[in-house]
Amino acid sequence: MPVLSKKESKLILDPLADNNPITIQVLGICSALAITAELKASVVMAVSVLFVLGFGNVVISLMRNMIPSKIRIIVQLIVVATLVIVVDQTLKAFAYELSKTLSVFVGLIITNCIIMGRFEAFALGNGPWRSFLDGIGNALGYGVILVIVGFFRELLGSGTLFGAPVLGDPIAKTGLYAFGYENNGFMIIPPAALIVVGILIWVQRAKNPLLIEEA
Amino acid sequence: MKQKLHEIKERVKDKKWAPAFNAIHTFLYTPNEVTHKGGTHVKAADDLKRTMNTVIMSLVPCLLFGIFNAGYQHFGAIEGLPQDFSLFEHFITWRNLVVGLTTVMPLLIVSYGVGLAIEFVFAVIKGHEVEEGYLVTGMLVPLIVPIDTPLWMLSIAVAFGVVIGKEVFGGTGMNILNPALTIRAFLFFAYPTWMSGDKVWVHGAVDGLTKANTTDAISGETILGYLAQNKTDEMTYSLSEMFYGFIPGSVGETSTLLIALGALFLIFTKIASWRIMLSAVLGALAMGLVFNAVVDLGWIQSYSKFYSLMAFDFWKHLIVGGLAFGIVFMATDPVTSSQTNRGKWIYGFLIGFISVMIRVFNPGYPEGVFLAILLMNVFAPTIDHYVVQANVKRRLKRAQHAKIYPVNEPAHLETQTV
Repeated sequence: MPVLSKKESKLILDPLADNNPITIQVLGICSALAITAELKASVVMAVSVLFVLGFGNVVISLMRNMIPSKIRIIVQLIVVATLVIVVDQTLKAFAYELSKTLSVFVGLIITNCIIMGRFEAFALGNGPWRSFLDGIGNALGYGVILVIVGFFRELLGSGTLFGAPVLGDPIAKTGLYAFGYENNGFMIIPPAALIVVGILIWVQRAKNPLLIEEA
Repeated sequence: MKQKLHEIKERVKDKKWAPAFNAIHTFLYTPNEVTHKGGTHVKAADDLKRTMNTVIMSLVPCLLFGIFNAGYQHFGAIEGLPQDFSLFEHFITWRNLVVGLTTVMPLLIVSYGVGLAIEFVFAVIKGHEVEEGYLVTGMLVPLIVPIDTPLWMLSIAVAFGVVIGKEVFGGTGMNILNPALTIRAFLFFAYPTWMSGDKVWVHGAVDGLTKANTTDAISGETILGYLAQNKTDEMTYSLSEMFYGFIPGSVGETSTLLIALGALFLIFTKIASWRIMLSAVLGALAMGLVFNAVVDLGWIQSYSKFYSLMAFDFWKHLIVGGLAFGIVFMATDPVTSSQTNRGKWIYGFLIGFISVMIRVFNPGYPEGVFLAILLMNVFAPTIDHYVVQANVKRRLKRAQHAKIYPVNEPAHLETQTV
């Protein structure tokens, strides 16, 4: 018997493409615009959300029968806030420079619509194992887009990947820069992320027959 | 010729690349098709393509002037500008033409080549006719960029502008933003060092050619550039030079005289809206007057970084920078401007108003007209909406207060006469 049943693996795979939180549900856009100028920050953000959403879903799922529905939002907020503080403090302790780059956006994971959305829509009505898979799946779907956007923005905007120069040295004019290539300053500013995400949505909708709307 | 083209057209009718051929065929000739078998209704010639051709004709003087000016500025920067200027000795010369052609023509070819290639690809994929919108855009683009813009940058920007600025919305007629200005905005934000400063406006300045055996690099600062840096004293251009356009700047926007001629031509042929042009001029003058008044009242001191631009005579704003070009050829784009007459007045006025405001308050953007027009492009549908709603309200009010005569009155009269 496989580790995951068909339904369970669907929980992980669906949010990666057909039901992606960013490109299909258009949630969590704010952080996707703000921190994707560098690939490193995108990866850290993706991992942080993975942690918060995976464990948050489990915690909420375990408590789901005890939470009075009138105050469930407050309880959810407390759970997210606790996990986010853990992430924030860990980053400050072990990766101070990165936590500087991410600045308030780690704290703002609390307000990431994907997280509250999954708590409300899934964890409150499903068991802990499934909620965990759902959390992981959605966080991965979010992370994949973040990494793709971060890849293009850092490559085109700064000519580096993970901070390492891949296109040559812009000051010493080596590599591509020897031929007159220049970094695209537009890619550094947040509106560029909107356009890159838009292009991803365009490509996905054009390729995936499930998503083509009737004219 | 026309008949031959028609025969070829019939032959390729069902082929996949038929739109590509049709686009060339109807460029200058009226199609042979008639709407009715009897031949009474010929399809009119003044279609979108003819409209575009008219705009292109009005742009030709600016392009020719830009070509000569490119050479004039180039040699002026190397040898110093001539003391007693004569049009035929110093401006319309062979060497100016050669320099101008070798610098401007590649821009034009890249602009049309990349843009039309994308248009043709989209037309074939989507299975519709090639849209004519790019004819004007392709002509505008080389006129609004600095002379030494690297060609690969231009082609990336053109691809971006045509795809993101136009095709994603559904092609010509559906776009929210003016594609030519989208291209310029992309260049401006992506490669700011190539789009502003004192090194980009004169051919050869970037390469650091030396000025007549001295070690000074060429500095071709625009008038707005001087003003933004409070260096009014170093600016040596006379008023007539600003008006006729013998000044550094983007390729085709320096000559206010030729732009005004183009404007008259467009108004005379009823292609562009005179309301937008007039109200934009009024808007720019109004904002300029406000700034002049601030200076006259002594509310701002001469050490302020805004002082030079604020003290700049309000009417001179019209003859420097790209304001005139933007108002005449960009703001009047029938697709992205307001459609209602009252809306056009508001739309144009705000373009002029905001352009001068950006000029003065943001030294980082010495020329704000492209930002102002893009901003108003976004607001144009909103303006139209409120203009239409206001009209609806006005007419409803009139209907409510109207006296409604009894409908049976005529019948009543009739019975009386009988």
